[in-house]
Amino acid sequence: MEKNSNSPLVKKSSSIRPATKKNLITYAVVVAFFVLFQTLSATGNLKNAYKALLVPICIYVIMAVSLNLVVGVLGELSLGHAGFMCIGAYCGSFFSVLTKDIITVTWLRFTLAFVVAAVAAAIAGILIGIPVLRLKGDYLAIVTLAFGEIIKTVVNAIYIGKDSKGFHMAMSTAGLGMEPDGQVILNGPQGISGTPRNSTFVIGFILVMITLFIVTNLMDSRTGRAIMSIRDNRIAAESVGIDVTKYKLMVFTVSAAIAGCAGVLYSHNLATLTANTNNFGYNMSIMILVYVVLGGLGNIRGSIIAAALLYSLPELLRGVRDYRMLIYSLILIIMMIVNNGSFFVALREKLKFRLKNKKGAAAESKEAV
Amino acid sequence: MALLEVKNLGITFGGLHAVDDFNLTLEKGALYGLIGPNGAGKTTVFNLLTGVYKPTTGTFFLDGKELKGKKPAEINKAGIARTFQNIRLFKNLSVTDNVKVGLHNNMKYSAFEGVFRLPRYFKTEKSMNKKALELLSVFELDSDAETLASNLPYGKQRKLEIARAIATDPKLLLLDEPAAGMNPNETKELMDTIKFVRDKFELTVLVIEHDMSLVSGICEEITVLNFGTELAKGKTETVLQNPEVIKAYLGK
Repeated sequence: MEKNSNSPLVKKSSSIRPATKKNLITYAVVVAFFVLFQTLSATGNLKNAYKALLVPICIYVIMAVSLNLVVGVLGELSLGHAGFMCIGAYCGSFFSVLTKDIITVTWLRFTLAFVVAAVAAAIAGILIGIPVLRLKGDYLAIVTLAFGEIIKTVVNAIYIGKDSKGFHMAMSTAGLGMEPDGQVILNGPQGISGTPRNSTFVIGFILVMITLFIVTNLMDSRTGRAIMSIRDNRIAAESVGIDVTKYKLMVFTVSAAIAGCAGVLYSHNLATLTANTNNFGYNMSIMILVYVVLGGLGNIRGSIIAAALLYSLPELLRGVRDYRMLIYSLILIIMMIVNNGSFFVALREKLKFRLKNKKGAAAESKEAV
Repeated sequence: MALLEVKNLGITFGGLHAVDDFNLTLEKGALYGLIGPNGAGKTTVFNLLTGVYKPTTGTFFLDGKELKGKKPAEINKAGIARTFQNIRLFKNLSVTDNVKVGLHNNMKYSAFEGVFRLPRYFKTEKSMNKKALELLSVFELDSDAETLASNLPYGKQRKLEIARAIATDPKLLLLDEPAAGMNPNETKELMDTIKFVRDKFELTVLVIEHDMSLVSGICEEITVLNFGTELAKGKTETVLQNPEVIKAYLGK
């Protein structure tokens, strides 16, 4: 039985592990992107229209990476991701408007807003996760879809104000019954206005890096292996003692918290925050899912690139205004074919194999010397 | 005290008695066989013992602890591990990672320690890798450690499943047709491996198998199931001579 005592693995273990190497490349891609665009915009070489894209790109990258944790790594289809972003955006804005005069240190207030939003979204994730995660596949997708719509509708129907007597909450402005000194913070469909516009590209970049750090490290750990084992074979995972519900709930919660932070970034990038179909509804959830699927399920770097590219594409194509959506959809189709078409998959495998062989041969010749 | 005690275990699907009145007592260190024609209910017995199905009647004890009605994950933690007839590996994970999932409950650090790479992460991962490689070398899989599980040839996939089950540090190992699809040489090798791991990891093994050479080669005692009920039970040689058993297998 101890035939393989001089295993080839002893050699391998000294070099960097493949998972770590992959993550380092991802970090490098993001940092390079940041440095390039930060320099461009600092030296005034970036048009204002493009400059305005930088923060949203960060937001959608974060959304795509966090959704990939649910869809790609855990393997459950969630269509309500924008709902968590909505909760984060509203809670973050509410907090910032409320404390604008109390906490005057911007970075402290903004950081606290992120914490508040992350906690609120995480709690929502747990509350929704407990009943919903008993469902599988299509059923889970339908319920999460409904959840996203409900959140959007609820924030459009609520009015919250503050006066000398404290907080008031009602379903209409009149119902608030506030003192003359009162201030309406959340004004139903008119949303929250007066949020300080603190979001910058630098903060967005830092948040992307934190998201990456959490998600990639989680994937490459004991917890991540358990999560991926549930995706690959739930019955086998249970048979080796993995608590499926616990890990599903954990992924749902972490992903919701991260989406909540993206929401804060979103709401602090606007003067007025309102919830409609395009920003927190079904459309947005599907759009983020498109980024995740086209970037590759479980492929974090793919999500980043797909989100950045596909978000900025309609804007970049403004020059050919009439054909904009045509080109956009063509690019979607091409990406789909290149990523998953059998011909291109075979081609990639071949290239990979050839590259590996070349490397192996090089290493061998080195050893021979 | 016996390691495993199964009393009157039974399950019905609609009106069908898939398994009826199944009794079994396994002493520690036993290598026991469970045979029977197709559809006799062998795998159903495994599914009952691992919590995939909840029994309609009867109960079972491991080391005196009642496990009836517990979830599969809890039963595994209590000390029963299994392999599957239709292989169920974590296909997109490497061979090592498959075994490391098996080690999940034996070598722990929290998700927080994992994300923030605290010292315990490195320490535990290191000993996990060492333990996984040790286990893989028992099954001569250590040279495939970084291969994706789905890229392994069939025979090795079966071995990897056993390695993963043993990684959970069970008292009782249930093997569901481990020799299916193997040639006589591989089967012979597998028999040696099963005996070796039984002794090395102090396991008790219950094995479902159609390959009679494996059954008579390693099982001291067997139970024969037919239509969900027990047909014969006892020393392997005697049971295999039983005319009833021969009839069930070969027909009249």
